Amino acid sequence: MPENGIGASSVRREDIRFLSGNGKYTDDINVHGQKYVFFLRSDVAHGKINSIDTSKAEAVSGVVGIFTGDDFVEVGGLPCGWQVTDRFGEVMKEPGHPVLAQGKVRHVGDPIAAVVADSLEIARDAAEVINVDLEELPAVVDMKAAVEGGTLVHDEIETNLCYDWGFVEENRDAVDEAIKSAHHVTTLELVNNRLVPNAMEPRVAIGDYDASNDQSTLYTTSQNPHVIRLLMGAFVLQIPEHKLRVVAPDVGGGFGSKIFHYAEEAFCTLAARKLRVPVKWTASRTESFITDAHGRDHVTKIELALDENGMFQAIRTDTCANMGAYLSTFSTSVPTWLHGTLMAGNYKTPLIYVNVKAVFTNTVPVDAYRGAGRPEATFQLERVIDKAAREMGMDPVEIRRKNFIQKDEFPYATPVALEYDTGDYDATMDKLHEIADLDGYEARAKASREKGLLRGLGINCYIEACGIAPSNLVGMLGARAGLYESATVRVNATGSITVMTGCHSHGQGHETTFPQVIADMIGISEDQVHIQHGDTSNTPMGMGTYGSRSIAVGGAAMVRATEKIIAKAKKIAAHLMEASAEDIELKDGSFSVVGTDKSVGWGDVCLAAYVPHNYPLEELEPGLEETAFYDPANFTFPAGAYACEVEVDPDTGKVDICSFAATDDFGNVINPMVVDGQVHGGIAQGIGQALREHAFYDENGQLLSGTYMDYSMPRADDLPSFVVDHSCQTPCTHNPLGVKGCGEAGAIGSPPAVVNAVIDALNKGGFDVNHIDMPLSPSRVWTAING
Amino acid sequence: MATVTMTVNGKSVSGEVEGRTLLSDFVRNNLNLTGTHIGCDTSQCGACVVHVDGKAVKSCTIFALEVEGSTVKTIEGMANPDGSLGVVQQAFQDNHGLQCGFCTPGMVMSAAALLDENPNPTETEIREYLEGNICRCTGYHNIVKSIQAAAVAA
Amino acid sequence: MYDFELRRPENLSEAIESLSADGAQALAGGQTLIPTLKNRLASPDVLVSIGGLAELQGVSESNGVVSIKAGTTHGVVAGSVKSYPALAALAANIGDPAVRNRGTIGGSIANNDPSACYPAATLASKATIITSKRSIPSSDFFVGIFETVLDEGELITQVDFEVPDVANYQKFDQPASRFALVGVFLARYGNDVRVAVTGASEDGVFRWSEAEQALGSDFSASAIDRLEVDAEGMIEDIHGSKDYRASLIKVLTKRAVKAC
Repeated sequence: MPENGIGASSVRREDIRFLSGNGKYTDDINVHGQKYVFFLRSDVAHGKINSIDTSKAEAVSGVVGIFTGDDFVEVGGLPCGWQVTDRFGEVMKEPGHPVLAQGKVRHVGDPIAAVVADSLEIARDAAEVINVDLEELPAVVDMKAAVEGGTLVHDEIETNLCYDWGFVEENRDAVDEAIKSAHHVTTLELVNNRLVPNAMEPRVAIGDYDASNDQSTLYTTSQNPHVIRLLMGAFVLQIPEHKLRVVAPDVGGGFGSKIFHYAEEAFCTLAARKLRVPVKWTASRTESFITDAHGRDHVTKIELALDENGMFQAIRTDTCANMGAYLSTFSTSVPTWLHGTLMAGNYKTPLIYVNVKAVFTNTVPVDAYRGAGRPEATFQLERVIDKAAREMGMDPVEIRRKNFIQKDEFPYATPVALEYDTGDYDATMDKLHEIADLDGYEARAKASREKGLLRGLGINCYIEACGIAPSNLVGMLGARAGLYESATVRVNATGSITVMTGCHSHGQGHETTFPQVIADMIGISEDQVHIQHGDTSNTPMGMGTYGSRSIAVGGAAMVRATEKIIAKAKKIAAHLMEASAEDIELKDGSFSVVGTDKSVGWGDVCLAAYVPHNYPLEELEPGLEETAFYDPANFTFPAGAYACEVEVDPDTGKVDICSFAATDDFGNVINPMVVDGQVHGGIAQGIGQALREHAFYDENGQLLSGTYMDYSMPRADDLPSFVVDHSCQTPCTHNPLGVKGCGEAGAIGSPPAVVNAVIDALNKGGFDVNHIDMPLSPSRVWTAING
Repeated sequence: MATVTMTVNGKSVSGEVEGRTLLSDFVRNNLNLTGTHIGCDTSQCGACVVHVDGKAVKSCTIFALEVEGSTVKTIEGMANPDGSLGVVQQAFQDNHGLQCGFCTPGMVMSAAALLDENPNPTETEIREYLEGNICRCTGYHNIVKSIQAAAVAA
Repeated sequence: MYDFELRRPENLSEAIESLSADGAQALAGGQTLIPTLKNRLASPDVLVSIGGLAELQGVSESNGVVSIKAGTTHGVVAGSVKSYPALAALAANIGDPAVRNRGTIGGSIANNDPSACYPAATLASKATIITSKRSIPSSDFFVGIFETVLDEGELITQVDFEVPDVANYQKFDQPASRFALVGVFLARYGNDVRVAVTGASEDGVFRWSEAEQALGSDFSASAIDRLEVDAEGMIEDIHGSKDYRASLIKVLTKRAVKAC
């Protein structure tokens, strides 16, 4: 393993500030003279606002301003970034999403009014004396009931159905026919449970306004400050970009939940302009539970048709996807283009049809959460395959292997519109066999039985599509944004480098891994490279960090910019050495003339660029700074195979994860240690989904698991150490680094492994249980055994 | 308002606080020691863990006035005298025991308290001791590894 | 939080004096009270901090009785109660280490959370709860969920446990809060067996008398094979049904017997 550059497990430089308490998160920022906002939020899921009387609240000493929906009539609503067209050619229903509720509240947590005061406690005191005449309406929570009509979340669109999407619509009849005539059809109805992302840092927004130059600044906990600037500036507040700066400093985790543009960001920005004081909002965790976009929440029926040899013939899947009360920024794309297109998985199923009905309910909006659509696709596919293997008496590994796309069949076009560039699914399965010690399973099962416990083994594969692109294609599919990434590489006069990227690092380690790439390309120390991100005022327009895109798209942009730097530096070096640029070679930070012993160092060339005394000024501009925007030709397709072993206590229903092994093909890997960490975290979130986590709404739309007292976060003693491997590498063929992305894999691949393992344990223990819906809590498993 | 005096990271400090001022508010707002983080409001997440008189406590669940006269250590007091990372901190960096860094100060403070009580903990003991510290990024794998490494290095 | 005055009395009599004021409430370890205050679910005018009072600290053991002063933290109980290992083990598994460094036995018992561990231990081990006014047998102390016989301003000062021949506490965690979804504390004094159950009942901690009788005559797990807990009156929530809790009571009781 190298000690520097690509492939080195360099320790993270950003850790120094985090470990010494010097991280600078948004809540650590205090703007001189700032005031604090408290949002009065609806405690009912659905209601009509007859009137709001703020007079008593206004009289509370220390109150600076009180706002209601009426104050935001003149500005736009929060926009949705993806317009889905349904299977009849109609565009989706797109109801308004006001910053503060206007006329109606539509979920518990919907903001009714906002009080700005000298302190948060004063704001809260005042909010308690706002008199809201709120007429509670029946809430619609269950998706099937919502589709059938009755109570409407949005009266003006006259339905709760956002869209009815079919993919690939032309395949519909052929899939129906294949299923009708198949040797065997396995059917599974399942729920992909609603989750709360729960980044450990609650969201924060600080709006500031400088009247001297009419400049607004928003400090916010965001994964993509440029996207927030564009959405909030252009669509909500009508502030042009040159008058609006968005800063996302250190951000304490995102997992998707900090992609979206939220009402509180627009509120603080506008309130600061109106009141001429900085306005700060810090979410309490309780508030996070009812305002951060939730994830998943699909109800699905999947059918898999097989021939007598277990070869997959067709897949038909119907899903209801919960949008919640409003369309969050990328909500509409998740159950469609990030879900339906993944239904082929790692297999050669010739015919696939996906139907998705997106539904409004009186619940918190649902949007992308780590994996976003791909976990939902993988879960239903890998669960139905496991059930099919059981029904047909086949080994779950063998049924998968015989249906794999083979390594010599790439590039492979699936029937759901994707073209996989590379892969070797047998290689990852072989590696899994080794690292999970599958040969030793029977001995371990025997030991479990002797303890009175049921042991089970779950194995599954996954594929994901990362770095969503290219922009012209996603535009045709309904995206209202481009999906390129940018980098400016600024070489300083003495040879150090500052890279300004549109990506954002909130745990991924870009400040360490991006320099590894540049160090490798130029042959300088990683220490010479600094990564700057998170501030629209000093980074080029970029789309941010989500969808495992940063190295595949942002890294590629940085490579392209660095290539331009090297090309120019070679011309300077050629001038200095009186040679032709074509003959210059860059190695280990030194430019040499091929076939001679002439060389000049990186630092000398950089200095010449900025002190251009001996310089070809007539041909070349001074300076050494380049920008690149990279728009990928295709997605990348990481894939892998996961194995989970569990012990189930049949008396209590408690499931213990005994071991978890993951083999991933991420293509080339920049920093193995960081990649391992990403996989670990994803697996933990997937295990959390499978066994513990559930945003549980009652029929009145109250979130019953609205704090850590009831929402079960995985803790250290719930998990084992993991065995992970990414030595099987089929590099991506269409980006310059051959990388695929690793951020979401663990969360995508792990839920089916856990559930497959529990179902295996129960069946081997003599309990005829086909499926249990996640989370497989002790009470649910006990009920399945005893029910 | 009342005056509270305590020793924080070796320095005597005092400040004006309300009855309801939490220790976490006091260190973050009065002392500008923002390494102590607030991740929940039900005393579960542990991002706010500091040491009071040598013991790990959740600084969001103790009032500043209750700490009158006590000795407090926060993440900012964990470095070596020369400013370099202390043993536990260094082990976290070496073993990639953190990602976003938000839970990290609490994790380091809990880890240090564990190693004070039990210099050679098993993996199970480490995992059980971290029950009150939630991390969403690492899956705990590398946190456990970091603490094991710190135990060896100490 | 609503604002309040925080008083730090020097000694117990000052504390009791302060607690006699209108709107005054005791603040022990604060591990339940402070989160409650943060959510504005309580609005005391005065909080009287008693956790640090020297008179309320310490554990002593004599003549088969373990006496624990009310301000003793779970961490101290876990580490210093040598003659009653089941009680020490219970304390060692409350909350997490930081919570155990603040939370106190008196606070826990006075609060009588239906999922707390200590009430089961007091009920099973013939404890006497000593207050600023009187001594109360544990069998008379707990009234209902979050309710005890304590009067306004009355303060628990000490809890005396009769150390049984053998005892064991089985806690099945609620997956999120880590409080007891069901907890069973079993204590045996000769043929007098006590089984106290927390977490399960809508009425709070209770004794499972049928099991006590069966185990009194035959102290073996199989002695309760034929018993079933009536699911009626059990708590039902997102973490488990009435039937599930009823079943767990039996499972955990058998495990407690086996562990003794």
